[in-house]
Amino acid sequence: MNTTEKVEAQIRTVLRDHGRLNKNVELLDSDTDLYQAGMTSHASVNVMLALEGAFDVEFPDHMLKRNVFNSIQSIRSALSELTTT
Amino acid sequence: MTLGPCATAAFSAKLPASLRVGFDLVQISRIAGSIEQFGNRFTHRLFTQGERDYAHSGEGLYAERLAARFAAKEATIKALRLSEAGIGWREIEVCKLQDGGCAVALHGRTAELAKGMGLDQIALSLSHDGDYAGAFVTALYRSSDPTSLI
Repeated sequence: MNTTEKVEAQIRTVLRDHGRLNKNVELLDSDTDLYQAGMTSHASVNVMLALEGAFDVEFPDHMLKRNVFNSIQSIRSALSELTTT
Repeated sequence: MTLGPCATAAFSAKLPASLRVGFDLVQISRIAGSIEQFGNRFTHRLFTQGERDYAHSGEGLYAERLAARFAAKEATIKALRLSEAGIGWREIEVCKLQDGGCAVALHGRTAELAKGMGLDQIALSLSHDGDYAGAFVTALYRSSDPTSLI
């Protein structure tokens, strides 16, 4: 498993534990709309806090946007931005 | 007769373009779960000192009051259409008024964005029953087309 796959697997674990999705996380495409898959605004906060714990990062206020947490792909991009700066 | 954009509606009220509303409903037990799981990381990230102090002042009402305040922040974000603006939750504060009611105060960048959109007034109503807390926010703009000002 390469780094990208490991990151995505961790994101899926966080989503499974905190996202309150109405679909099997393992079966979601990377670009599936997580809000359409059942994630509420409160669940997205839990997802954000869990991601911060899992990846040892902190999402700054300017990244607290709905589209940052919209999909596995968008979360991966945000984490990449946070871990390379 | 049909008014408004929904063609299938038998009737829909025609509201002024300068008026926007936002509503959010939160399950109190889930907020309690976040408090238990994430502790201060959750409460300090989302709520101001004043909001936390007020929530603490009611015995056994901590999660209930924070749930109502979380709903108010989300309802405000909806009413002001700030979901893609990248703002901190503490910039939207629920203040307790002397008459027992509540009001929304905006701070920092959120206040600047609202001012730029021509926000004139913002009103808040909170409610809770059983395991649910809800908030309804009404925003009144000076401009008839606030989206053009974002």
